[in-house]
Amino acid sequence: MNLSARKREALSGYFAISPWLIGFLAFIIGPILASLFLSFMKWDIITPPAFVGGGNYKRLIEDPLLYQCLKVTFIYTVFAIPLNLGFGLLVAILMNQGVKGINIFRTIFYMPAILSGVAVAILWQKIFNPHFGVLNPILKLLHIMPVLELISSPVTWLYSEFWALPSFIIMNLWAVGGAMIIYLAALQGIPTHLFESADIDGASVWSKFRHITLPMLSPVILFNLIMGIIGSFQVFTSSYIMTGGGPNNATLFYVLNLYRQAFQYHRMGYGCALAWVLFIIIIVFTLLILKSSSAWVYYAGARRGK
Amino acid sequence: MTHSKITRRRIWTIAATIIILVGVFIILIPLFWMLTTSLKTYAEAESMAWLPRKPQWNNYFTALRAINFWRALGNTLLITFLAMTGHVFSCALVAYGFSRLRFPFRDPLFVILLATMMIPAQVTMIPIFIEFRALGWVDTFYPLTVPAFLGGSAFFIFLLRQFFMTIPTEMDDAARIDGCSHFGIFFKIILPLSKPALLTVALFSFMGNWNDFMGPLIYLNSPEKKTLALALQDFNSLYAVQPHLMMAASLVIMLPCLAIFFFAQRYFIKGMVITGVKG
Repeated sequence: MNLSARKREALSGYFAISPWLIGFLAFIIGPILASLFLSFMKWDIITPPAFVGGGNYKRLIEDPLLYQCLKVTFIYTVFAIPLNLGFGLLVAILMNQGVKGINIFRTIFYMPAILSGVAVAILWQKIFNPHFGVLNPILKLLHIMPVLELISSPVTWLYSEFWALPSFIIMNLWAVGGAMIIYLAALQGIPTHLFESADIDGASVWSKFRHITLPMLSPVILFNLIMGIIGSFQVFTSSYIMTGGGPNNATLFYVLNLYRQAFQYHRMGYGCALAWVLFIIIIVFTLLILKSSSAWVYYAGARRGK
Repeated sequence: MTHSKITRRRIWTIAATIIILVGVFIILIPLFWMLTTSLKTYAEAESMAWLPRKPQWNNYFTALRAINFWRALGNTLLITFLAMTGHVFSCALVAYGFSRLRFPFRDPLFVILLATMMIPAQVTMIPIFIEFRALGWVDTFYPLTVPAFLGGSAFFIFLLRQFFMTIPTEMDDAARIDGCSHFGIFFKIILPLSKPALLTVALFSFMGNWNDFMGPLIYLNSPEKKTLALALQDFNSLYAVQPHLMMAASLVIMLPCLAIFFFAQRYFIKGMVITGVKG
């Protein structure tokens, strides 16, 4: 009786997860293996595939577009993620200073983070437009424009090889509320007695931040960092719509290149090789960060990270 | 607390409030500009007038007609609601299995599920396309909806499992003594108690599919099957220099997301917090 109850439970368990198991085989493991296999083939989807061995990977190494899209994606990640996480933390800490009306402010800051897709990309494309966009008049009004012109002139944003990528970084900052909302929840979860005893010891604002707030937030910073990096390697819609990768490939993000190779030039095998390189890059980055995390992430008590 | 300490604290709070207000202002500029531009005449939009002299509500009719709004809306709603239904039911069932039932290899399988959250969709995009093409599903809504019924999103499963774990198991035990089966418990106890979490998943799913661009771009070709996102992109490539019309169309497409966000933001925040903080 007992055994059969356990068996029944196991059967029910497998039944319950069966949608995921099927989906996992059909849409994850199967395609990953197929993609590895295809990356050794040359296939334009119309004529039958032909085995080319390491041909795609050899071509990949010689392809200047690979280096261009890696460069664009790396530069974007290196600037956009720290800025986003830093500003998110700053805003969350400011909101946690007993500010009145925090609910309204939190809503407004969080709002852009839930907006995404074509409409947002078009909105920013128009904002950056040097002829009718709103950004340049504001920068002129605040006398910031001359400074930017010293760095690289003209400041035509998406039309400028220099300013196009910074435009994407600025746009990403608009969605700072996504990181903020997680920080804010974590901040509110820090036990107040920690700060009270620090106050009794006469700790300064900075040392409270350095020795209580930051360590207590470090698991959440890790989460935001990994999610941010994975997200930045997947930028597609905004670059497809706002610049189409231009000017002169200055905003050719990795996935845009992948999409073009596979679905516009119909190089399925080559596209799969690109996808595998992306996969390996993301795994390496995630593992490096997780490895480093034991040095800077602090888990209080029973709280366990993932 | 001493007097000077209270004063210092008050100054600190005021300074924080001022900085936040500046931030709020910056965050709102794009949306405000979007709204005002959508109501300008072409000449006003071109000459960068700050405000329209007379709101041009007609822009909205012109823009919506140009993107064949009603058809695209119908397609988008169909895909969105099918995918949402699939996500909610399949992810809840899977999460129930992982959180409540004991079976061999449960924990290793769950670790695999978590690991799949790290795999970017682009890695599997090409073979999945080939799969759906072999099934003859290109230019149909199946590739955009069927996967949702098959677990769909590891993130949603994880979110629901975290929530189910907070429901006391005593409830299950009591129901089991009353002769309730495992799936009886799922339908009669777990689902009714998880309405907020299910709503969170439904809303995330809605937003994701409403805004999805890459999926429809790859799978849908016929003009009559286009979603709003695709229709808007087509419109933008034809009328890129008509900012007033582009802003009107974009705003309409953003509006449902904004409305849902305002009415249900606590569910979004809850979802983010469950996965981000307690993960």
